[in-house]
Amino acid sequence: MGKYFCKRVVSAIPLLLVISFVVFMFIHMIPGDPARMIAGQDATKEDVEVVREQLGLNDPLLVQYGNYMKGLFTGDLGDSVKNGKTVVETIAPRMKPTIMLTISAMIWATIIGIALGIISAVFHGRSLDYIGMIIAISGISVPSFWLGLELIQGFSVALNWLPTGGLDSWQSYILPSLTMGAGIMAVLGRFTRSTMLETMREDYVRTARAKGLKETLVVMRHAFKNSLIEIITVAGLQIGGLLSGSVMAETVFSIPGLGRLLVDSINFRDYKVVQALLLFFAAEYIVINLIVDVLYGVINPKIRYN
Amino acid sequence: MAQTNTNLDQNKFAAAEELPKAQSKVKEFTKKFMKRKTAVVSLIFILFIILMAIIAPFVVPYAPDQPDYTALLQGPSAAHIWGTDEFGQDVFSRLMVGSRLSLSCALIATVIGTAGGVVLGLIAGFYGGFVDSLIMRCCDVLFAFPDILLAIAVVAIIGPGMVNVMIAVAVFTVPSFARIIRSATISVKQSLYVEVARSLGCKNSRILFVHVFPGTIQSMIVNFTMRIGTAILAASSLSFLGFGANVTEPDWGAMLSLGRNYLNTAPHMVLFPGILIFLTVLAFNLLGDGLRDTLDPKMN
Repeated sequence: MGKYFCKRVVSAIPLLLVISFVVFMFIHMIPGDPARMIAGQDATKEDVEVVREQLGLNDPLLVQYGNYMKGLFTGDLGDSVKNGKTVVETIAPRMKPTIMLTISAMIWATIIGIALGIISAVFHGRSLDYIGMIIAISGISVPSFWLGLELIQGFSVALNWLPTGGLDSWQSYILPSLTMGAGIMAVLGRFTRSTMLETMREDYVRTARAKGLKETLVVMRHAFKNSLIEIITVAGLQIGGLLSGSVMAETVFSIPGLGRLLVDSINFRDYKVVQALLLFFAAEYIVINLIVDVLYGVINPKIRYN
Repeated sequence: MAQTNTNLDQNKFAAAEELPKAQSKVKEFTKKFMKRKTAVVSLIFILFIILMAIIAPFVVPYAPDQPDYTALLQGPSAAHIWGTDEFGQDVFSRLMVGSRLSLSCALIATVIGTAGGVVLGLIAGFYGGFVDSLIMRCCDVLFAFPDILLAIAVVAIIGPGMVNVMIAVAVFTVPSFARIIRSATISVKQSLYVEVARSLGCKNSRILFVHVFPGTIQSMIVNFTMRIGTAILAASSLSFLGFGANVTEPDWGAMLSLGRNYLNTAPHMVLFPGILIFLTVLAFNLLGDGLRDTLDPKMN
């Protein structure tokens, strides 16, 4: 098991290094002079030179990358152009809303998605199956920003039940997390259905039925339990994408999270913050996928021994 | 000379035999596809939207950029079936004309992304070894950025605008195609007919594009159809965030973005563009599902 774990962790390190290099190159890929872009078109030559010096753009590329990596490990990612604070100080307070939203979206989407998939599989080919799958495919197809706006229109403007934005109370999490989780719910619903349908054709499920077990027990104790490993894996893999998917929900609901910060920073050409956020989102995506991968190996001996 | 004539005759016979075979395959596919009603309805809807994209500027009741200051933010009525926006422009006309911009953006982006992904996937799967590792590791790097994040990152680098949105969407389309086509290529290249082509002395490039590529088309078509839906969503999301089309342009995402400022007074400005995006993406996804089920021998 230790060997499997080490192998997986070691295999992720080169990818993380490449990602760090790609994100580091982000500023260099901007067409034109990034220092001029940041200083503004009206800035004097001296101002541009100051910005260039601040960004370390006068150093050779490898030295710049070395300094960047050193900064990564010491928490020095530069300063935000917008507010003058360090990048870490700018990003840190924005993490909590995004993480809270991601967790709340994940919880409801997992529960409803799995339930939808089980119901569709059990009632395969009947009306409930079709209804379940219509809901699922609609969840994949609906633009999340539109869903968010319609939820505001219905529950905040028309009914006045829930706040239109911000994160002041637990009620204010409801609409954004519904917006964020719709797609995940749909993916999990479809995946649970197809996995359950496969599992329900297995011999042990047939045996359980032949023994005269109640259908509920057959479905939950035999079919669902054996499908659970794969369902949990897919659910885990969604978390990584969900965190960066907060961009749309945070924009619609004016939530001061990481996604909103990314959009604002791009509009303000606050490239140091954009660079840090891109690295954060990509790294958390890889790390979460790695954790899920390792956990999959832990709970599924077939993978571990292969 | 006589030998050459015999060969020509044989080729003609072979070609004559192939034609009915291909025709019967198409017939069989059509028959199976027509049984999938949701896919057929989706296809009809998509054809309607494509038709609209072509003819809308000539048939819509109002010019999309024609303001009417006597009819600002009006709800749906007989004169304006989907209401008007803050300049009194007809929402229905703008959406129908906008289908040209939104659809072409998604289509072009998907075609570029597909072309890039297919070539990379074919090369990786066919040559294997170092080339395969290099291409797949590059794809892994792109996969490390979730779709919308990658698109935002690309737009952050090259700047906002509709053309840049197309490039951004194309970039995130590449790795998924490369991976799918690579695995299809690996399975096709082990086929007997590829072995025969190789033993007959065919060049690698000929084997790759004439013999292997057609074998991967099935996976490509299904993924292509579904990816158009994703591209529409991504492009409209970027426009909504202000990175895509200008808000004055009749683009679905941009219209939605503008509409959110009038959510209290003119909810139709958000409702109709959203429904149109939703139905179009839904239609592409359902069509993709239908094509996959029709082409998958296990499902038949």
